Amino acid sequence: MSRDRVSLEICEACAEAVRLADVDVVAAYPITPQTHIAEVLSEMAADGKMEAEYVNVESEHSAMSVCIGASAAGARTFTATSAQGLALMSEMLYIASGLRLPIVMALVTRTLSAPLSIWGDHSDAMSVRDCGWITLFAENGQEVFDFTLQGFRIAEDERVWFPFMVCLDGFHLSHVIEPVELIEEEEAREFLPTYKPKYRLHPDQPVSMGCFAMPDYFSEIKKRQDEELKASYDVIIEVWREWESRFGRSYSPIVAHRTEDAEVVVLIAGGYAGTARLAVDEMREKGLKVGLASLKLWRPFPLEDIRKTLGHARLVVVVDRALSVGGAGGPIAGEVRSAFFHEEKSPVVASFVAGISGRDVLRSDFEAMVRKAFEYLDKGDLPYYEMFGVRE
Amino acid sequence: MDEERARLLRGFSPRRLPKEEYFSPGHRACQGCGPAIAIRHLLKALGPRTVVANATGCAEIISSPYPQTAWRVPWIHSAFENAAATAAGIEAAYKALMRKGRIKKEKINVVSLAGDGGTADIGMQALSGALERGHDCIFVCYDNEAYMNTGIQRSGLTPYGAATTTSPAGRVFKGQRTWKKDMPAIAAAHHIPYVATACISHLKDFYRKVLKAAEIEGPAYLHILAPCPTGWRCPPEMAVEIGRMAVECGIFPLYEVEHGVKRLTVKVRERKPVRDYIRAQGRFRHLTDEDIEFIQKRVDEEYERLLGEAEEA
Ligand SMILES: Cc1ncc(C[n+]2csc(CCOP(=O)(O)OP(=O)(O)O)c2C)c(N)n1
Ligand code: SF4
Ligand SMILES: [Mg+2]
Repeated sequence: MSRDRVSLEICEACAEAVRLADVDVVAAYPITPQTHIAEVLSEMAADGKMEAEYVNVESEHSAMSVCIGASAAGARTFTATSAQGLALMSEMLYIASGLRLPIVMALVTRTLSAPLSIWGDHSDAMSVRDCGWITLFAENGQEVFDFTLQGFRIAEDERVWFPFMVCLDGFHLSHVIEPVELIEEEEAREFLPTYKPKYRLHPDQPVSMGCFAMPDYFSEIKKRQDEELKASYDVIIEVWREWESRFGRSYSPIVAHRTEDAEVVVLIAGGYAGTARLAVDEMREKGLKVGLASLKLWRPFPLEDIRKTLGHARLVVVVDRALSVGGAGGPIAGEVRSAFFHEEKSPVVASFVAGISGRDVLRSDFEAMVRKAFEYLDKGDLPYYEMFGVRE
Repeated sequence: MDEERARLLRGFSPRRLPKEEYFSPGHRACQGCGPAIAIRHLLKALGPRTVVANATGCAEIISSPYPQTAWRVPWIHSAFENAAATAAGIEAAYKALMRKGRIKKEKINVVSLAGDGGTADIGMQALSGALERGHDCIFVCYDNEAYMNTGIQRSGLTPYGAATTTSPAGRVFKGQRTWKKDMPAIAAAHHIPYVATACISHLKDFYRKVLKAAEIEGPAYLHILAPCPTGWRCPPEMAVEIGRMAVECGIFPLYEVEHGVKRLTVKVRERKPVRDYIRAQGRFRHLTDEDIEFIQKRVDEEYERLLGEAEEA
C-alpha cells in the first residue's frame, strides 16, 4: 500500500487526526508549544471543516472540565495542553480517569516552571504519571497522527473506557515540519465509527456520575481502575494490529533497534529516540555492541516488554528528560530498575537526566553517556543517577 | 414551558406543586436543610428533562454516597470549582450531538449547581467564563453563606459579623469582617439575559424565576438564599422562616434583572428591623446593639440604592 505523504507541521498533523476523528467537542486554552493545535482546530471549526463545538475556555482547568461534562454527555472530546496548563488541569485528570471518560488529549511536553521556560522536556508528563490515563510518547509526526486517531478508538472501547494522552515533544516535534502519511475520511470512519456510549448523561436514562466513596468502597474501586488500566494493554495491541493491516504501519509498546545481541541498550521516550537511533548506528560502526529501545507506551507500564527487550543486556542506559527533584533520578529509570528487581538476571541500569528545558542532546552525547556508564561500571562506582551535560 | 408548569403559576398554591420528587427523600441532609429544600423545588419546577452538574459541597455530599444516589435526573459531580464548566461541556455536547442527529432535538435544561463557595470564591473563574461564552444553562448558586460541607468556614458570601470557624468571634474581631460580595451584580455585569435572586421562603417567586430561567435562551443565573440551620445556629424548623425574615428586613431582597432591566419582584412595604433577623441566629450572637445598628445602616443604604435602580413592578 503506498500513499502520498504530505508535509505538515506536527501540530497540524495532530489537528488533522482530530478532524478525521469527527470529534464533537473541543475545549482548549492556548499555551506554548501547544498553541498551534488550538489554533488549527479553531480554524477548522471556523471554516466548517470540523463539525465540533469549539469551546473557548478561560483556563485549562475548565478545558478538562468541559471535556468531562461533554464526554459524560456522550460526546467525543479532545483537548491539548502543555506544562503549566497540564499542572492547572491536573486535578481534573485524575477525575476524568476515575469517571472512566474516553477523553483524548495531546500533551505537547514542556518544562514546568520555575524558572519559567517554554522549552521542552518531560517534567509535565511525569508530574501526572499516576493520574490513570493511557499515556503514549510519540517519536515523530507520523506517530503523533496515528496515535491521536488510535487514541479515540482505544479509549472508547467498552473494555477500556479510559482517557488517552499522546505526548509529543514541545518544539522538537510540535513545530517541526515532517512528511506524514494521512488517511482518507472514509477510512477514518471505518476505523473509528461513531462513539456510542453505554451510559451518558441524558434524561432518557438518568444516571448519577461522580458519587463519593467511603473507605468501605474506595479501595475496591481503585483496584478495579488499576486492573482495567493494565488490561487495556491487550486492546492497545489489538488496535495496533488492526492499524497495521489497514494502513501498513506497525507499532509495539517498545520499538527495539539492534538490541538482539546488544551488550548495552539505550532506552528513551519521545522524539530523541530518532537521534539515539542514529547514535546507535554510529557506535555500532565503531564496534560498540549497542541497541536502542524507544519507549512508546508509558501507561499501562509495559513490564513484560521491558523485561523481554532489556533482560539480556549487561547495561541499560536510561535517558530521562525529567528529574525527580530530591528523589532517585529519572522517573523512567526508576521504573525500569524496579521491573528487574525480582528477576534472576538483571541488567545494570544507569540513569541519566538529559535534555531538560529544551537543551539539545546530540548524537555524540548519547555515545558519551554510554561510554561514561561503562567507565563507572568498570570502576564500580556507578552513581544512582547523573544530570548529563550540566555545568558545575 | 409545558402546560402543567404554566398552570403552576396561575393561582399558585403549594398543594398544586408537582407531586413527583426528582430529589428523592432519604438523602443525608441535616434537618431543615435550606439547600435541600431549594434543590427539591428547583427540580420540581424544571421537571425530568433536566441534567445537573453539581459542585463539591453539601448538596453533593448529602445526595451521593456510593452506591446510592438521591438524584432522579441525570447528575454529575466532578470537582469543587468547575460546576459551570462541566455544565458548559454538557451543553456543548448536546448542541453538537443534536446538530449531528445523534440524539433527539429537544430542550434539555442544563443546570450548574454550586454553593456560595463553589460559585463566588473558587468557582468564580469557571462561572465567569461560562457566562461570557453564553452557554444556554441555568447557573444556580444555593447560598448558605459559608463552606458548610467542610465545617462552617467563611466564604466571600458570608455576611458581615457572622461567626464561622475561620471568622470566629474573638476579642479583637467580631466574626466576618467583610461585606457580602454582590454576586448577582457580578453575574449581571456579564450582560446575560437573566439574573435573579430567590429564597426558599417565597415559593411562588422562586418557581416563577426558575421557569423563566429555563425558558430564556442563553445563560441565566439564579442566586438562591438557602438558610442552613447547622451553620447559622438556629432551630431546624426555623430555616424557611429565617429566609422570610431575610427578605422582609431587606438584607436579601428579591429581584430580577431581565435583559438589563432590574425589577424588584417581592416588594416589602414596611421593612422589618434587621435586629429580628440577626437575633434569631446563633452565628450573630456576639454582636452588640451598636454592631446591629451599623449593619442596619448599610442594609438601608443598599436597599435604597436597589429601589433607585429598579423599575416599578
Ligand atoms: C480544590 C478544592 N479545595 C477545597 C476543597 C474542600 N471543600 C470541599 S467543599 C468545600 C466548601 C463548599 O462550600 P460551598 O460551595 O459554600 O457549599 P456548601 O458546602 O456550603 O453547600 C470545600 C472548601 C475541595 N474539595 N477542592
Ligand atoms: S450543614 Fe447546612 S447546608 Fe449542609 S446539609 Fe446541613 S443544613 Fe444543609
Ligand atoms: Mg455554602
